[in-house]
Amino acid sequence: MRFLKRTTTIDFLSPSRRRIALSISAIFIIVSLVSLGMRGLNFGIDFTGGILLELGYTEDADVEGIRSELFEAGFEDAQVQLFGAANDVLVRLPPQEGTDQGAIRQQLQATLTAGGKEVDLRRVEAVSPQVGSELAEQGGLAMIIALLLIFAYVMFRFQWKFAAGAVAALVHDVIITIGFFAFFGLPFDLTVVAAVLAVIGYSLNDTVVAFDRIRENFFKLRGIAAEDSMNTSINEMLARTIITGMTTLLVLVALLVLGGESIAPFSIALIVGIIVGTYSSIYTASATALLLGVNAQDLIEPVKDPELIDDLP
Amino acid sequence: MNKYPAWLNVLVLVVLLTGILFALPNIYGSVPAIQLADRLGEQIPETQLRAFVTELESADIEVEAAYLKDERAVLRFATAEEQAAAGEQLRNRYGRDLNIALTLAPKLPAWVRSLGLNPMSLGLDLRGGVYVLLEVDMASAIQKRLESYEQDFNDRLRQAQIRNRVDLDGDVITVRVADNADYEAARNIVRDADSEVLVDDGDDDTSFRVRMSEAQVRARQDFAIEQNITTLRNRVDELGVAEPLVQRQGIDRIVVQLPGVQDPTELDKILTATATVEFRLVDQSGNAPGSRRYPGRGQEPAQILKREVIASGDEIVNASAGFSSEGQPAVNITLDAAGGERMLATTRDNLNKPMSTVFIEWREEEVTRGGRTETRRVKSEEIINTATIRGVFKNNFQITGLNPIEASDLAKLLRAGALAAPVYKVDDRTIGPTLGQDNIDRGFRAIQIGFLAVIVFMIVYYRVFGLIANVALFSNLVFIVAVLSLLGASLTLPGIAGIVLTVGMAVDANVLIFERIREEIAAGTSPQQAIHSGYDKALSSIADANITTLIAAIVLLGFGTGPIKGFAITLMIGILTSMFTAIIGTRTIVNLAYGGRKLQSIPV
Repeated sequence: MRFLKRTTTIDFLSPSRRRIALSISAIFIIVSLVSLGMRGLNFGIDFTGGILLELGYTEDADVEGIRSELFEAGFEDAQVQLFGAANDVLVRLPPQEGTDQGAIRQQLQATLTAGGKEVDLRRVEAVSPQVGSELAEQGGLAMIIALLLIFAYVMFRFQWKFAAGAVAALVHDVIITIGFFAFFGLPFDLTVVAAVLAVIGYSLNDTVVAFDRIRENFFKLRGIAAEDSMNTSINEMLARTIITGMTTLLVLVALLVLGGESIAPFSIALIVGIIVGTYSSIYTASATALLLGVNAQDLIEPVKDPELIDDLP
Repeated sequence: MNKYPAWLNVLVLVVLLTGILFALPNIYGSVPAIQLADRLGEQIPETQLRAFVTELESADIEVEAAYLKDERAVLRFATAEEQAAAGEQLRNRYGRDLNIALTLAPKLPAWVRSLGLNPMSLGLDLRGGVYVLLEVDMASAIQKRLESYEQDFNDRLRQAQIRNRVDLDGDVITVRVADNADYEAARNIVRDADSEVLVDDGDDDTSFRVRMSEAQVRARQDFAIEQNITTLRNRVDELGVAEPLVQRQGIDRIVVQLPGVQDPTELDKILTATATVEFRLVDQSGNAPGSRRYPGRGQEPAQILKREVIASGDEIVNASAGFSSEGQPAVNITLDAAGGERMLATTRDNLNKPMSTVFIEWREEEVTRGGRTETRRVKSEEIINTATIRGVFKNNFQITGLNPIEASDLAKLLRAGALAAPVYKVDDRTIGPTLGQDNIDRGFRAIQIGFLAVIVFMIVYYRVFGLIANVALFSNLVFIVAVLSLLGASLTLPGIAGIVLTVGMAVDANVLIFERIREEIAAGTSPQQAIHSGYDKALSSIADANITTLIAAIVLLGFGTGPIKGFAITLMIGILTSMFTAIIGTRTIVNLAYGGRKLQSIPV
């Protein structure tokens, strides 16, 4: 079975197409940055610190009732919401200044189970704000270091113009994926950071596979303009790009639908990231390398002059 | 063409069989069990194991299997009811000497167990339990050390008959001698006491300053952490938790993971408690150097106590709660050799003089400063008992002055050892058992469905070659499970997500190869040659793609904590094993099926 006829000849990289792609990317990045600036991320307690309780009720939960109950008990700033199912409730409390988290947790538990109500405490987390901010710092640092190492690797395997293209694509993917979370106000927790790093890995995978073919064609199709050579390469790899993207998405959609609420943000981040990553490995990565004037000469090792070697003692 | 040498085929088979063997323990599931461990960490003898079984069988409780594992005895039961009944029976009989924990044990047949194979363990998010991150108060660990230097210098100078004054202010100890003639001698004494401390000139010619060197501070911090970990481990054992994890994290943190524990309240008290005791003589003259007044607890009168500590909590090797001959709650103490010697010398020289037991505890106290409240840790030192030394004693004695609950808690804490520095909680998560089971069910269902979808797709799209890729994909799962079991790593929910992602990556390697073969055939190459160059030419793309992802995974592993680490580990293992299965694995099968003969076409 085949999705595509033998070889496609889609024009991906002509100047006019690149302008369109650039505008689309620019719009997405601007929307992402504006969302990040205006709304910010809906950080989970992993980063902000605070207390989180997941409660399982035997029948449909009375969210309003729980909210007012907590309000009366003095937890005015408690957020109560359904979590995945009608009998599953999530209660979040921001970090409390100066008081012991453990004591608050106990009060909270006592309030919710008062009067012998049947509540299953499925999950209780209390994170101090200090640990939260450390995690945020570490997550950001991890991302920067990963990008630097990847830049170094691609530079070593290819050349700096390719490395710049790859990293531009990655930055593009990271901004849009995180921007997606800001735009829709989705909960951003530690697993999303892991997902974004996995997106870096995946998008890079795609980019490197394309570069690999471009390098091959630079040698094979000598005398052809870099733009055409790259276009051919992307067309040749198109079937693979679609199939791999599709199978990975297949698994991730299964994870999103069946994996439960707590892993949903992770799955969403990966799904968004993989779609954006596939797009960016064609447009952002290759287009940036082209913009930097990449050509076949960049990949040919300089030939050493044999006479110079003769001069050596 | 396309023939692997026989040894390579055999090697691939051997690797696959090894993988299956290591993954095998995971298919048996687990059953209720009881773990028994000696309080002092001694091996449980075979004879005692048999005694447990006989004891339970006489009480009509059937033991499914009984064996020794890592110094502990494990008893397996068919049902949770039997487990509970057996737990009670054993606790009544052996609770004094053994830590008894109810747990789940893998239902391995004896031959698997005898090979030393274990299933991978499940993370707390999958089995339920408590995770606590503790921060060690390093400033207080250093402070404690400085205080002991202060006392030590003063003692040594006094022994050398040098009149002096030693003051500790912040992290600087100032030594002042009364007579400038003693100045050099005093400096030498201090330097002899500890050659590593930094000694600087003071403000005038009768004083000098002493500080701890950076290396000393670091060594002290390491010591405090190590000591705290040992103590916490002992305390956790006292709680009777099976397979607890107590581990250092970073410079000043300790992670405690307790699978199966559901009530963190009891845990808080035991983990962060810093209660300990010290024994000091009462200063009857009231003006010995360094003496100070200690408040009494409740009705207990305050006393002025001497500076020298006769024995302290760290020298206690065993403690148990009981009652005194007058029927008061008491703690029976056993000191180690050094503490015992000092106690012997002190009691011999001070017959009929009073000695006090000081109860020391760190408490959190709220203070309001500049309009905002914050918690501060304060050290409270109270006399719980003052008694006249009526006879000479050494290692074994009793202390009184506490209520029964305090006596039992103190005994537990003393038995586990004191914390070298106070700890406080910075992160604390409890996962209920139902959520754990839910997570397992959902995670595995997601893997199954996703996996199935990919398998169907591959067969439809690449026919026989798709089938071969599927065999590789399945072996890859076996290998991931095998490596996780071998490393003793635990599987978490993000770990499952990592496996899911690996499935995608493994497919990609085969897609690259198969697309390449199709291209070669389209270009008119013969099928044999197409297989050969397809594998050959795809290799560099696959390697580059996997190495870059590996870089991201390694960075994650280095920086990540908790959930991120679980994801990074499975991703890393998955990338490495998938390179083997997707390239060498599929090639072996392809070579066996199609290699070395004339082909008209190949089903790719």
